[in-house]
Amino acid sequence: MAAEVVVPVRPSTGHTVGTLRASLLVLEQAWAWYRRNWKATVFSSVGLPVLYLLAMGLGFGSQVRAGAVPGGLTYLAYLAPALLPAGAVQTAAGECTYPILSGFEWSKIFHGITATPVTPGQVVLGQLWWLLSRLLVSGAAYLVVATAVGAVTGPGILLSLVFGVLTGMAFGALLIAFAASVRSTSGNAFTAIFRFVVVPMSLFAGTFFPISQLPAWVRPVAWLTPMWHGTELARGAEFGPLPWGITLVHIAYLVALLVTGMLLARWRFRVRLTR
Amino acid sequence: MSLNNAALVSATGLVKRFGSFTAVDGIDVQVRQGEAFGFLGPNGAGKSSTMRMIACVSPRTGGDLRVLGMDPNKDGPSIRARIGVVPQDDLLDAELTVRQNLQVYGRYFGLSRAQVRAKAIELMEFAQLTDRADDDVEPLSGGMKRRLTIARSLVNDPELLLLDEPTTGLDPQARHLLWDRLFRLKQDGVTLIITTHYMEEAEQLCDRLVVMDGGRIVACGTPTELITTYSTREVLELRFPLGEQDDAVAKVVGLADRIEVLPDRLLLYTADGEDTLAAAYEAGVRPLSSLVRRSTLEDVFLRLTGRSLVD
Repeated sequence: MAAEVVVPVRPSTGHTVGTLRASLLVLEQAWAWYRRNWKATVFSSVGLPVLYLLAMGLGFGSQVRAGAVPGGLTYLAYLAPALLPAGAVQTAAGECTYPILSGFEWSKIFHGITATPVTPGQVVLGQLWWLLSRLLVSGAAYLVVATAVGAVTGPGILLSLVFGVLTGMAFGALLIAFAASVRSTSGNAFTAIFRFVVVPMSLFAGTFFPISQLPAWVRPVAWLTPMWHGTELARGAEFGPLPWGITLVHIAYLVALLVTGMLLARWRFRVRLTR
Repeated sequence: MSLNNAALVSATGLVKRFGSFTAVDGIDVQVRQGEAFGFLGPNGAGKSSTMRMIACVSPRTGGDLRVLGMDPNKDGPSIRARIGVVPQDDLLDAELTVRQNLQVYGRYFGLSRAQVRAKAIELMEFAQLTDRADDDVEPLSGGMKRRLTIARSLVNDPELLLLDEPTTGLDPQARHLLWDRLFRLKQDGVTLIITTHYMEEAEQLCDRLVVMDGGRIVACGTPTELITTYSTREVLELRFPLGEQDDAVAKVVGLADRIEVLPDRLLLYTADGEDTLAAAYEAGVRPLSSLVRRSTLEDVFLRLTGRSLVD
């Protein structure tokens, strides 16, 4: 019997890429979108912390006689570095809730991406790159305004920016894992996160006043928030002191949250995208 | 080269369960290089679950599966790099342009910027979307989005193309345009796997197909083989005034090899439809209308499962 003749197939041009490159390609897709839509995002990412700085720092601050902690600083200057982690948390809350759920349920682009050689874990990493870019851009834009209104007292605030970004990344990674676990498309889960996590954290975790002013029994709750650690770091960077020991503890806590969030997010993405 | 090496997809006892629900219940399938292979069946038959396992986005629950000679559980990314997928939902990025969708997607396959730029132009030509190149995807018609999805699936010159319900929801004109594009791919030697619940699509495109129902394969063969095996050459369709169909059934029994009683008509399976129609008139049957046609895969499916493909 004659052997079956098989026409050789022209080989596919596709191949797998490494994890870092794959995750940067996910960022590239987000960038393709951003290039055409950046104008719509300017206010949401830059606007809020700037509004806080103007209203609370300049306006409200003009009526405030600084207490013991600010140590001779104006309230405006006291507030300026702390609004970096606060703004980063706001940006993370925006980027890591509905847009993530959309990737699964509405735009469904995550399903599209994972039909290629890219894996769910690499998509998570790509989302984190995207968050990092947004945090850097909005933090830098905030610094420009803060400097212009005379709220910045020294170059240490550049280090505050780094700590602010770290705070946003830590909170964002956890939120990505949470958003990937939300089944209902009503968005109620996110409303709860905003109301019971983001807003209380913004008001009570040290941004506007030191947590030493909180009742003793509430303080441990503030210690758990990434915001408090970020705020301590951001103020320490600009005003000092930033003692090694406690600084490392703050950083280690934020990094631990970030890594935990990444691992949880990778697991949730895998579960949801490979059913 | 052994036959096994030539099989681009090879499934043995393949099973997919979701909790206690068994979507795919132990199927055996071999798809050979260069053929157009179809999964025909109604919604819920297990076609899409099978496709998702072959596309390496859904791990199998049991049995064995090899795609391009590799194991999807272990080599998912390497397999996905060499195949093309047209999912049931388009999964396009609606906020990007037609061109951007093709370029961004191509980059995920490790192609350079120059490669995806050139490929996007070629594929927009193929999908007749060149004049919409820099428009957003969102306002495109369903047919255009579907063509873009097919174009996108070709960005890596796949050796195997998976099409899940490629023309569902499209009007006949858009459907024929898509079929034409798929024909061309077949001519170029691309192996196609198609799921569909349109028997016309299966007949037009598939060299070989399996009929699925309830997670199982109930028949396998070329469209002609299936029709010859499971149906007669011709079918006589009779429609009656309201309430008269039941009386007619008694009169036509014995005139055909097999009779199917549908809610709105009778199907008489027979070698010669005109002869049977004449015989029915002689027996005193007075239908409202009659139609003689060739048997199709729809009839095969009706015979095998007792149900219609499209409700």
